[in-house]
Amino acid sequence: MAAASPSPGATRRETPPAGDQPLVRLEDVVLRFGEKTVLDGISFTVGKGERLVVMGQSGGGKSTLLRLVMGILRPTSGHVYFDGTDVARLTRRQLNSMRARLGMVYQYSALISSLTVRDNLALPLEELTEKSTRDIDTMILERLAAVDMSGSEDKMPSELSGGMRKRIGLARALMLEPELILYDEPSAGLDPVTSSVIDELIIDTSARTKSSAIIVTHEMESAFRIATRMVMLYQGKVIADDSPDEFRNSSNEVVAQFVSGSTHGPIGEAAHQRK
Amino acid sequence: MVIGAIGHYIRTFLQTVSSLIWLLIDMVAEMGDHISRGRLPFRRSVFFEQGERIGLGSVPLVCMVSFFLGLTMALLTGYQLRTFGTERLVPGLITIAFWRELGPLMTGIILAARIGAAFTAELGTMTVSEEVEAIEAMGLGPLRFLVAPRLTALVLLMPALVVMSNLAALLGTYMICQISFNINGENFIDLVLDALILKDVLLGMAKSILFGLIIGLIACYSGLTVKGGAAGVGTATTQSVVLTITTVIGIDTFLNMLQVNVLNN
Repeated sequence: MAAASPSPGATRRETPPAGDQPLVRLEDVVLRFGEKTVLDGISFTVGKGERLVVMGQSGGGKSTLLRLVMGILRPTSGHVYFDGTDVARLTRRQLNSMRARLGMVYQYSALISSLTVRDNLALPLEELTEKSTRDIDTMILERLAAVDMSGSEDKMPSELSGGMRKRIGLARALMLEPELILYDEPSAGLDPVTSSVIDELIIDTSARTKSSAIIVTHEMESAFRIATRMVMLYQGKVIADDSPDEFRNSSNEVVAQFVSGSTHGPIGEAAHQRK
Repeated sequence: MVIGAIGHYIRTFLQTVSSLIWLLIDMVAEMGDHISRGRLPFRRSVFFEQGERIGLGSVPLVCMVSFFLGLTMALLTGYQLRTFGTERLVPGLITIAFWRELGPLMTGIILAARIGAAFTAELGTMTVSEEVEAIEAMGLGPLRFLVAPRLTALVLLMPALVVMSNLAALLGTYMICQISFNINGENFIDLVLDALILKDVLLGMAKSILFGLIIGLIACYSGLTVKGGAAGVGTATTQSVVLTITTVIGIDTFLNMLQVNVLNN
């Protein structure tokens, strides 16, 4: 569905049909922190209703990519478009309006620790909409039920387990009915069962709300379960952009090694050479 | 090498000052955006919560320190002045010293340590746990949401705390004057009112507002720029307290020099 312009050597996906504008488009994005190049000419798109899994090594710029989409970071060069608009060109007010159309689920949930679960969920609605307290309370109960956390409204984040906090984080991201949800390592640090529950929640949410998703992970099982499309970052570049099936059977040595988790291959050698 | 080090310090100083100014400008702009949508600039509940912590929470410490400082100053100066038979100057001396100078300065130092440290640690912890970024990602404006209520409460409550500090110091002075120098209540009030002039009161209040702004800005900025987890929060909190106290004393000295050399001529 979505197109990509991966780096030379990367597998290329078909161009989307004319008129089917992607929700997110990254165009030759370069990001440098001082001397270090984190992203080096990244291009890909995310279509409406698509669940794109971004994979890559730890510290490879995956989470940074999400911050670029949200406009928290600005690319050194290149463009990040959301719904056809260049994110870097938005004014503060326009940027905040755009962010209200996105939801972000953080690796460690990032719930406001001084607020109860109810207040955490109510926060975006109270601050950005004109909804009444009764409507907000109804929505909170609905969202908590959707993530199987009914009855936790009065709990503080510190009283919840890691998996519970992730679910509340997802519920908070859903409060403004976003068109795009960004997930940063959603199943990291969770046991296999809770991890599967979170994966199913991501799939259900995407199907129910017709929203798109960008999921950053290096948990292979989760990635194949969730993805409708996968992108692999390596040394700051997109080296593969395929469907999960194509990805699983990729002839690219780096992708094959990453999928198999083998210690032998180009990834280890490159790391060894860098040392 | 020395010139290089001086250059580095000057550059760091200028960068910090410009960052503080931009923090203030961005905060006002975020508040303006929110007000233009017909909303309050920040949450009332957060403002009152911070007000209670800064105001009510600081009253005992501010009053206690000022009371004992006033008492000690009265005792020491009184015994010196008694040698010349001029101990009746003590109430006026303490009045001028506190309303013009020591009230704002002592309150500023106490709040820098008590509230500035709390702001930095709180916002620093929120920064390293990505709570601040989550607020930004929701489009809520972290400066408006987190910094504005804290800064506003601090700036508004500083003058009130300075008045309490001055009154506590005068109470300590009154006790010493009564016990050691035979100055009765009526006389004491007359001597205080004779020494109290509007210019000193206004200068003291202006200083207190300025100190509140400086403490709030430095403390919040230090918290929002924390790097390196729990250790980073600890380091930033210590640096923030040192920087706020040093800045408050430095600006106070500068203002005194300005007042003595320019305004009094």
